[in-house]
Amino acid sequence: MPEMTYLDADELVINMGPQHPATHGVLRVKLKLDGERVMGTECIIGYLHRGVEKIAENRTYLQFAPYVDRMDYVAAVTNGMGYCEAVEKLLGVELPERAQYTRMILAELQRIASHLLWLGTHALDLGAMTPVFYTFREREEILKIFENYCGARLTTHAFRIGGLQYDLYERFEKDVIKFCDYFPKMVDEYETLLTTNRIWMERTKGVGVLTAADAIALAVSGPVLRGSGVKWDLRKAQPYEAYDKVEFEVPVGECGDTYDRYLVRIKEMRQSVRIIRQCVERIAPGPIFGKVGKVIKPPAGEIYHSIEAPKGELGYFVVSDGTTHPYRVRVRPPSFVNLQALDIMSRGHLIADIVAIIGTIDIVLGEVDR
Amino acid sequence: MLDSALQFLGDHPLVLATVKILVIFSVLSGVLAYIVYLERKVLAFMQARLGPMRVGPWGILQAIADPLKLILKEDIIPSGADKTLFLIAPVISVAAAFTVFAAIPFGDKDIVIHGVNLGLPLISNINIGILFILAVSSLGIYGIILGGWASNSHYPLLGALRSAAQLVSYEVAGGMAIIGVLLISHSMSLVDIVERQQSMGVWNVFLQPVGFFIYLVAAIAETNRSPFDLPEAESELTAGFHTEYSGFRFSLFFMAEYTSMVLVSCIAVTLFWGGWLRPFQGVASLDFLKFTPVVVFLAAAVAIVLGARKNQVPMEKLVLFAIAAGCVLLAAALAYPLVTSAIQGIFWFSVKVFVFLYAFIWYRGTFPRYRYDQLMNLGWRVMIPLGLANVIATAAVCYVLQPHPAATMLGMLSR
Repeated sequence: MPEMTYLDADELVINMGPQHPATHGVLRVKLKLDGERVMGTECIIGYLHRGVEKIAENRTYLQFAPYVDRMDYVAAVTNGMGYCEAVEKLLGVELPERAQYTRMILAELQRIASHLLWLGTHALDLGAMTPVFYTFREREEILKIFENYCGARLTTHAFRIGGLQYDLYERFEKDVIKFCDYFPKMVDEYETLLTTNRIWMERTKGVGVLTAADAIALAVSGPVLRGSGVKWDLRKAQPYEAYDKVEFEVPVGECGDTYDRYLVRIKEMRQSVRIIRQCVERIAPGPIFGKVGKVIKPPAGEIYHSIEAPKGELGYFVVSDGTTHPYRVRVRPPSFVNLQALDIMSRGHLIADIVAIIGTIDIVLGEVDR
Repeated sequence: MLDSALQFLGDHPLVLATVKILVIFSVLSGVLAYIVYLERKVLAFMQARLGPMRVGPWGILQAIADPLKLILKEDIIPSGADKTLFLIAPVISVAAAFTVFAAIPFGDKDIVIHGVNLGLPLISNINIGILFILAVSSLGIYGIILGGWASNSHYPLLGALRSAAQLVSYEVAGGMAIIGVLLISHSMSLVDIVERQQSMGVWNVFLQPVGFFIYLVAAIAETNRSPFDLPEAESELTAGFHTEYSGFRFSLFFMAEYTSMVLVSCIAVTLFWGGWLRPFQGVASLDFLKFTPVVVFLAAAVAIVLGARKNQVPMEKLVLFAIAAGCVLLAAALAYPLVTSAIQGIFWFSVKVFVFLYAFIWYRGTFPRYRYDQLMNLGWRVMIPLGLANVIATAAVCYVLQPHPAATMLGMLSR
């Protein structure tokens, strides 16, 4: 036993999580505190590790598709879309237009649903308990559309490699347009509650500032990057599906604080509605499957394909050795990379701000730990 | 039998006070249970959901089921806790909150039954009522600090310290706001303050808008309600000072919070909104307002009947119709001029308090939570200077309007 125990009176270490209402899952953050001021943070992850990437090596390409839904479980549609596209790219398959537009509509609906979940929980973390019920009300409408389309609400497994499993149901366009008509009014309602609310502004302005240079250096992506003023959106930068055929804007923030990221996501929801409208207009009857064989056996080679998921750049690196099983699948999840920014963003702030900052990064632990 | 009992009460002020205490305590306890129900319902409607619906029709028996459940639960004492303090802390909180009601006047007319005068509907007309209220309600903080400290746990301790700092700072601002009223009213007795508002023909809120605003903010902060509910910030400190409490002791803290909510509403109504006074009492053309109680109860009965028609459960339907019938009977009783005039004061007082309680719930449904340092900044840099300025301005105006303010101040003290 050491002879003396030495107490460092300047620094207090507190464990936040893995069981904590505001860490959005099983994230554990070690906080080094000076009073209530945060001197540094250390994220300890892995409590939700399920070995998804390893599982891929023992499954066929088709069998692995449902597993990706379980990574970012609040945005399963985009996860599946990224994986399917990566394999399609490896196969060299072109998708028919109808399949492309369907995928875009569902993916944008998923983006809205994911942002709604983020908005509700973020506001709840900062003590506003009403928005979460409003956002869940609208999210429910989106989930109903998913349910009608493929029978599942959360882990949808909506797409298949090479196209869609199901064609659209009869009232699909009507449902989507109805949602697009009423949803912007609901966004106005959230904004009435929060955007110009004095307390909301005081809690978010100047909190968790991430400069553009830091953001790029840390490779963060998605709304966190755009909140810092960097105009980088994979839908514009390297368009996939038919994103080059629709018009939309990429909202950016100015100073990279929590308030800017909030505004960016709110504006993104409105832009998503705009994209969905255009897709519904253009969607025409036609085939929903590209030319893929019964057995999916990509030629030997490797591919990296990334899409703009609600939380940022979602990339799949797939290596094929010419068999029916992938040799290796590596996922680049946006939450995992964005979480790195937590330390820089939270230094010098108070404990209460940590809650706001974890909320504003918008992480899903299923995706961070995989 | 009844007459002799009443006579006995009239002759023995101590016994009378005890009876009044029992009546006010039991009414208050019932009201508290239903404020929780009201809060859950109102919040639910604001948040696009239904709230309690299971226990009784529209969940109206939830208010009884909740305390019952809490009483039956195990009373856990953490192993490292300071046992005595841990047990006594919630009692301090709730006792302090209830004691203050001794000085709150609920109406103006003496209660006269069978020719026996039972005095005003308040337990004790203290001539320094306001001081008593401030002094006793501040004692509640001991319960919070001791509870947090005795739990021997980090989160409750942090919550308790936050609470203590918050309450102490906002009590200063709240006190400043009250001084303005005292300067106008020339009295510290709550009955005198209300009567003064009657004789001036204008409620204090119109003479002291800044004071009222400061008092309102301070009141929300003192009751630890949203947006100042930092001590129990769920997302940061789990439940604050009462994290380690369970069962009935937890419900005592809960009761203390809601009691002080009612309490600050009562004080705000008495000091700023004319207490038991009816709006537009001096305007003859608006005299029909005195029939409001009758109309309100009739409207309630109609609303309940309309709502109950759709109810599928026969038993629940019966209960709702019984409540509606009760409302009609009450309305009929109130229609007698004698009863109307007797009940006017209490009715208007309750209505005003209800408006405040509703506002408290409304804030909770609307605002995010302040951060600790922002709360302190608001208290010390905005509220207290504003309160000081308000006191000075009020004093200056009083000095200009009255030739001998010093004399009135002295008179006020010697009263």
